[in-house]
Amino acid sequence: MTLLRVERLHKSFGGFEAVRDVGFTLEAGERLAIIGPNGAGKSTCFNMIGGQLRPDHGRVLLDGEDITGLPPRAVWRKGVGRTFQIAAAFGSMTVAENVQMALMNHHGRARALFPLARELYREEALALLERVGIRDQAERFCSMLAYGDIKRVELAVALAHDPRLLLMDEPTAGMAPAERHALMRLVSAIVAERGIAVLFTEHDMDVVFAYADRILVINRGRLIAEGPPEKVRADREVQAIYLGSTVESPA
Amino acid sequence: MDPGFFVVQFLNGLATASFLFMASAGLTIVFGVTRIVNFAHGSFYMLGAYLAYTLAGIFMDAAYGAMSFWGAIFLAAVIVGLLGILLELVVLRRIYDAPELFQLLATFAVVLIVQDLVRMTWGGEDLLGPRAPGLKSFVLVAGRRFPEYELAMIFAGPLVLGALWLLFHRTRFGVLVRAATLDREMVGALGVNQALLFTGVLFLGAFLAGLAGALQLPREPANPYMDVNIIVEAFVVTVIGGMGSVTGAFLAALLIGELQAFGILVFPKITLVLAFLVMAVVLIVRPYGLLGRPQAESHGAARAGAGLAAGTPLQRGFWLALLALLLVLPLFADEYSLKLMIELLIFGLFAFSLNFIMGWGGIVSFGHAAYFGLGAYGAALLVHHFAWPMEGALLAAPLVAGTAALVFGALCVRLSGVYLAMLTLAFAQIVYAVAFQWVEFTGGDNGLIGIWPASWAASRTVYYYLTLAVSLAGIGLLWRFLYAPFGYSSRAVRDSAIRADAIGIDPRYQRWLAFTVSGIAAGLGGGLYVFSKGNIDPEVLAIPTSVDALTMVLIGGVETVTGPLAGAALLTLLKDFVMPLTLYWKMVMGVLILGMVLAFPKGLVGILADRLPALQARPAERERPA
Ligand SMILES: Nc1ncnc2c1ncn2[C@@H]1O[C@H](COP(=O)(O)OP(=O)(O)OP(=O)(O)O)[C@@H](O)[C@H]1O
Ligand SMILES: [Mg+2]
Repeated sequence: MTLLRVERLHKSFGGFEAVRDVGFTLEAGERLAIIGPNGAGKSTCFNMIGGQLRPDHGRVLLDGEDITGLPPRAVWRKGVGRTFQIAAAFGSMTVAENVQMALMNHHGRARALFPLARELYREEALALLERVGIRDQAERFCSMLAYGDIKRVELAVALAHDPRLLLMDEPTAGMAPAERHALMRLVSAIVAERGIAVLFTEHDMDVVFAYADRILVINRGRLIAEGPPEKVRADREVQAIYLGSTVESPA
Repeated sequence: MDPGFFVVQFLNGLATASFLFMASAGLTIVFGVTRIVNFAHGSFYMLGAYLAYTLAGIFMDAAYGAMSFWGAIFLAAVIVGLLGILLELVVLRRIYDAPELFQLLATFAVVLIVQDLVRMTWGGEDLLGPRAPGLKSFVLVAGRRFPEYELAMIFAGPLVLGALWLLFHRTRFGVLVRAATLDREMVGALGVNQALLFTGVLFLGAFLAGLAGALQLPREPANPYMDVNIIVEAFVVTVIGGMGSVTGAFLAALLIGELQAFGILVFPKITLVLAFLVMAVVLIVRPYGLLGRPQAESHGAARAGAGLAAGTPLQRGFWLALLALLLVLPLFADEYSLKLMIELLIFGLFAFSLNFIMGWGGIVSFGHAAYFGLGAYGAALLVHHFAWPMEGALLAAPLVAGTAALVFGALCVRLSGVYLAMLTLAFAQIVYAVAFQWVEFTGGDNGLIGIWPASWAASRTVYYYLTLAVSLAGIGLLWRFLYAPFGYSSRAVRDSAIRADAIGIDPRYQRWLAFTVSGIAAGLGGGLYVFSKGNIDPEVLAIPTSVDALTMVLIGGVETVTGPLAGAALLTLLKDFVMPLTLYWKMVMGVLILGMVLAFPKGLVGILADRLPALQARPAERERPA
């Protein structure tokens, strides 16, 4: 079943075309990776799907429903959870409170005036933290966490409303290689057990080839190759772009 | 009507525009490079006028002829420019990376200090300057007399614009200024000596302000109010033009100048409001002004804000003891102390309401007096014109203020950082101007008198208990909201709007709701205030009231829950004890604010929390790793 269908998505900044007519589909339960050099337009694609950016033209269909140009909160409500390339969390809240905040929204109580927020949905939040492996950090403020742990907080937050689709823009950036694999194994397990789909991007080719069911390659805003890992690995154009080497992730 | 009249009116508008531009150009240049909205720009303007007065007196006594007049003006501007350097070295240099609130308050503190210094030096009287030699007469324009000096000044503005253009395009300094205005990082990367650049820019900005003030002298006497008057107008021009854009400021000055010249014919009653209305409209249509560019995320965004800790038993004990003390206070306090306590409670509520959005929502309101004052005026007008009882008026006060907050807030929360602060200030000034100019309804300058409590609450003790109950209820509710999902949502938006939006929070809507709630609470304080005083006048809506609230929050600690209460208490008591002892209260305030900003930016409660970890249930915040 096609969960996400992206048609001819296009975005330019001023005169600069960051994404040009990119289209693809994503099946339920699938792990799809977008790869491409720095500045290829990966994050711009994520942001157009997630609602952070409005495409110039093109469509985004979630389960057949047109969600193009909806604001992020509306996209979220349709069942899309996401993480950011530069991790975004609430620094003044504890790890548990970050997840609780998402849960409060999920349960429609984010504007309640009287209950004590720190007591709401705490068990649920702790369970999610347990699942992503940072239960022991629950009471620490996000502003004090190691970067890798913030990425995990983001994952827990993104899972809070039981999404159908996860968007993960460089989920393992800033992590040591062992940690990267641990996180991607975790994501794969979650995707499998919940039957959801994930769209992610990565600069670490080991990670990409190990955990993607299918790969999209974009360069200068254009989709240049698509297919299962073996096919993409063998692609001439892709090899030319990467010069046979893996691309280091940006600092 | 006679066409000659329109021509003269048009020329008047041009002359006004010319002055407005000269007074604003420095402000916008300084903002462009340093990102600081410099309230003290008005002080420079005023100093320019006073210095020109003194220098012209000396030179003309020495009888150097026409040169003495123009020499005095130029020298005054240069001296003011040097004072700009002093300001940069002593104050601004330390606060470039501070949050907007600290920058605004610090430069406002300088305004207060300079006001008293000017009064010490030149006295409080209006000082009429000499007329410009050779430009004392009139010319005939379309059969009407038009002053020569005004005519000359019409050309002064474009002349300054031209000179600035040359400076910005033909000198290395100017090119750097332009580059820094576009992108500060880039200049740092070019290896430019940033400190020197900023000092130079302050000289330029202050020089222009001093020049404008000095040139103004032959038109209107130097007086101790001209600083605030001009800074408010210069803000309007700068914001309309787009902060950082000199050409924008020129266009905006033309717009405002002509609007004032002709607006006075069409709407003689709302001349004060007109400029602010235009500014509000421009900001609604173009949030960054005519030629402005969106600012990068405000300074605050990268910092991790304060968190909320659960109360410890020790803290609870403290508050219970304090409550008990407040309850038994009338048993041993005299009339006067009760009056003071009433004021303290009201300002506690007011400051708390401000920090509800500022500290906990990241919305720096520089016009919170509007909601406090609207509550007060709302209640007073209902009593005065419609003979409402106190109870009804007290209920209506928060509703009036809340409605205004709902409307103004909808427009304000679209902006952030300095632009938001300026728009909140603009709305407060609109309300002030209406209260001031709508004499039939509001009593104008004199305000309204005889707004006393109902007979059952007439005794000081009963009114004290009433105030205690109502203000504590207000504070208690806001306090609770902070710990509830509502407050968490506000804080979520403050910490990371992009994350908040990605988990279902509409950042703008949340800011709007918080703004409105805060306005309601401030209005409640205003209602209590007017019945405690028995009268009301537009001062309650003026900038100093907003600054008082900001100062209270600052003293207590922005990133604390109880700081605003401590700050309100301290400032109210300080005012009561110190004000009668000195003629120079503003100087005391200014030094106090400056000292807090530079030495204790965390405020009293913040310091206390750092010193006494036992008070805190959770560890203190650190910077977020990059
Ligand atoms: N808001 C913006 N305004 C102007 N240009 C932008 C904006 N956002 C992105 N760009 C440009 O669009 C291009 C694509 O950016 P994007 O962030 O999508 O790349 P990316 O593939 O995610 O790169 P990276 O691997 O470095 O994260 C880049 O050249 C970038 O400079
Ligand atoms: Mg990217």
